[in-house]
Amino acid sequence: MKTNSYLLSILVDDEPGVLSRIAGLFSGRGFNIDSLSVASTAEPDVSRITMVTKCEPHIIEQIKKQLHKLINVITVNDLTDKRYVQRQLALIKVNAKPEKKADILRIVDIFRCKIVDVGLSHYTIEVSGDSDKHDAIISLLKPTGIIEIASTGYIALARENGKH
Amino acid sequence: MKLTGAQILIKMIKAEGIDTIFGYPGGAVIDIYDTLAKDNDLRHILVRHEQGAVHAADGYARANNSVGVALVTSGPGATNTVTGIASAHSDSIPLVVFTGQVPTALIGNDAFQEVDIVGITRPCTKHNYLVKNANKLASTIKEAFHLARSGRPGPVLVDLPKDIQNTLVDFEEPKAISLKSYKPNYKPNKKQLNKVVDLICQARRPVIFTGGGVILSQASEEITRLAKMADIPVTASLMGLGAFPGSDPLWLGMLGMHGTYRANMSIGHCDLIIAAGVRFDDRVTGNIEKFAPEAKIVQIDIDPTSIHKNIEVQCPVVGDCKAALKGIIQLMEDKNPEDFKNGRREWLDRIEEWKSTTPLKYEQDDVVIKPQFVIEKLYELTKGDAIITTEVGQNQMWAAQYYHFNKPNHFITSGGLGVMGFGLPAAIGAKAACPDRLVVDVAGDGSIQMNIQELMTAIESKINVKIVILNNKYLGMVRQWQELFYEKVYSSTNMENAPDFVKLAEAYGAKGLRCTRPDEVESTLSEGLNYEGTVIMEFAVDREESVYPMVPAGGAITEMLLV
Ligand SMILES: Cc1ncc(C[n+]2csc(CCOP(=O)(O)OP(=O)(O)O)c2C)c(N)n1
Ligand SMILES: [Mg+2]
Repeated sequence: MKTNSYLLSILVDDEPGVLSRIAGLFSGRGFNIDSLSVASTAEPDVSRITMVTKCEPHIIEQIKKQLHKLINVITVNDLTDKRYVQRQLALIKVNAKPEKKADILRIVDIFRCKIVDVGLSHYTIEVSGDSDKHDAIISLLKPTGIIEIASTGYIALARENGKH
Repeated sequence: MKLTGAQILIKMIKAEGIDTIFGYPGGAVIDIYDTLAKDNDLRHILVRHEQGAVHAADGYARANNSVGVALVTSGPGATNTVTGIASAHSDSIPLVVFTGQVPTALIGNDAFQEVDIVGITRPCTKHNYLVKNANKLASTIKEAFHLARSGRPGPVLVDLPKDIQNTLVDFEEPKAISLKSYKPNYKPNKKQLNKVVDLICQARRPVIFTGGGVILSQASEEITRLAKMADIPVTASLMGLGAFPGSDPLWLGMLGMHGTYRANMSIGHCDLIIAAGVRFDDRVTGNIEKFAPEAKIVQIDIDPTSIHKNIEVQCPVVGDCKAALKGIIQLMEDKNPEDFKNGRREWLDRIEEWKSTTPLKYEQDDVVIKPQFVIEKLYELTKGDAIITTEVGQNQMWAAQYYHFNKPNHFITSGGLGVMGFGLPAAIGAKAACPDRLVVDVAGDGSIQMNIQELMTAIESKINVKIVILNNKYLGMVRQWQELFYEKVYSSTNMENAPDFVKLAEAYGAKGLRCTRPDEVESTLSEGLNYEGTVIMEFAVDREESVYPMVPAGGAITEMLLV
């Protein structure tokens, strides 16, 4: 069966061990985590986990229910078919040979990225955006020689007003 | 009021209405044991192995419809509880297990007898806690009991560092538990209940299928009422036995791998399954693609994850089984009974034919004892009134098939995990909970050796349990698979090298009886059951008897091997 990508936004109690309960649930039941990001929210004692998981359509229901069953999980919001804004932050270190520098700067400019570190022979570029933007800039920078990439998981919020 | 952590623990356990706990001491719980010694209204039963404590707590919880409590030390004491906890988790049995832990200052330092038991038991508990602040101890314990018994019940572990146990803190009665992230849904959706009633009215060939959830929600009365008012035959998973009376004409027998012919055939040919408190385990469904091909399925369960997990259902009802069944019955009472008994005679006749052509059967000659015969005699002599615990294997299946459970909470078995060694400690727990009942552990010769040390617990605590060993000198269930599917290569299943069970019983201070002849089965049972004390009754049974019907693993449940 074909697999889809799902974007889940999960509010959890900010307690030690919560992440391990979630990770354990996924490994124990053979679900996949594609990307994960965890951080505090405006509410004390509540953290938000944003997760991308790839699975077959009937599995996502089970994943959501199993997540919800964990005592420390407060809400599970499936953003996949909703309107949401999504961001990922990446730092991309590229070779900056003199003859390539202008090219790189043009790409950085077009994508409205920032150069956050400069060395004799490298630039480090900060990119923030959705997955399309990341894919696009990476493919354009590839010919110049990407040295390494560090990237966060996705974070996302629903577009409607109100907490989710 | 200033109390130590240990005093708070005991106070809170008693506040939950628990009169007996099961445990084993050690350095990390010595403060609790000291406090226990000075408290004489909480009974502590000293087991001989921590696994026994958890199974005993399990038996206690099931016999009593309450929560079982175990108390053990850190490190090895804690790891010894894991099998018991995992078994209770599979069977949704409410337990609270307290483990000692090294002092908070030492946690993470690989201290003596330190293990991360919260990490180890995370996947096999409903929830667990490490208490790091003595001020939160009382509320954590209250929360643990609340989680264990509410919603879909299950085991909860509370890890107690030694310093938490001996710190003096101001004790305040904790407030009623309200968790923003945990609100089980007891009340079924009315629309769904109406849909169930419509399905029942449309059905010509319905079957009710009960599981452990019906016992846990104490919905036997409702199941029985529903079955009778609409003439619907009833089957059950291993965990659901006793929810509906085994002597009722509508009873089909157990379903699944060792289900009765008529139960499996009924599922194969029915047009509606009303499933309550079941999770469609593979031992029940066989090949899921071929399970109930003609049926619509109603599934009532308090746990939404049970629904659509293994099987597609047409009418899910999330809620408490008892509440849902009550609601269904109420809606049906407004209808004309003719509306929902449509075409039933034909269906029941068909089932009757399956029953008469292919009943459960065995042949008892006058030379070798058949294990089934022992269980039948046990049923007769106890008038079906005993609490039966079991070990695992053939003994467990024969107990399920031949002891016709008429009441709930009378069959206590490790269903989901299938733990050999469960039956004896569970019997001790059940008897501690119900001292006036007769409690019998139906055992295999292999399984009984897994927690035989608990015989001492029974003797010391004067908890009289009856152990019936069906001694086939084999790990019989594995041998059966080897006979059928592995060309009779009986690899590592021969148990001829065994202790003398009569002498073993006597060594512990119990009574030992041995029976080798069919004509002595009844008198041996009679003597053992009437003896004032714990007794092992060993029956030398036909070594190569197998459990039938049998659905080979992965097969359709309607394709059974019959004798
Ligand atoms: C702790 C544990 N180990 C292994 C098994 C696998 N197992 C299932 S049934 C069985 C044989 C049990 O033998 P016995 O207690 O003599 O019962 P019988 O089948 O002969 O009645 C075994 C080894 C198990 N269920 N539990
Ligand atoms: Mg055996």
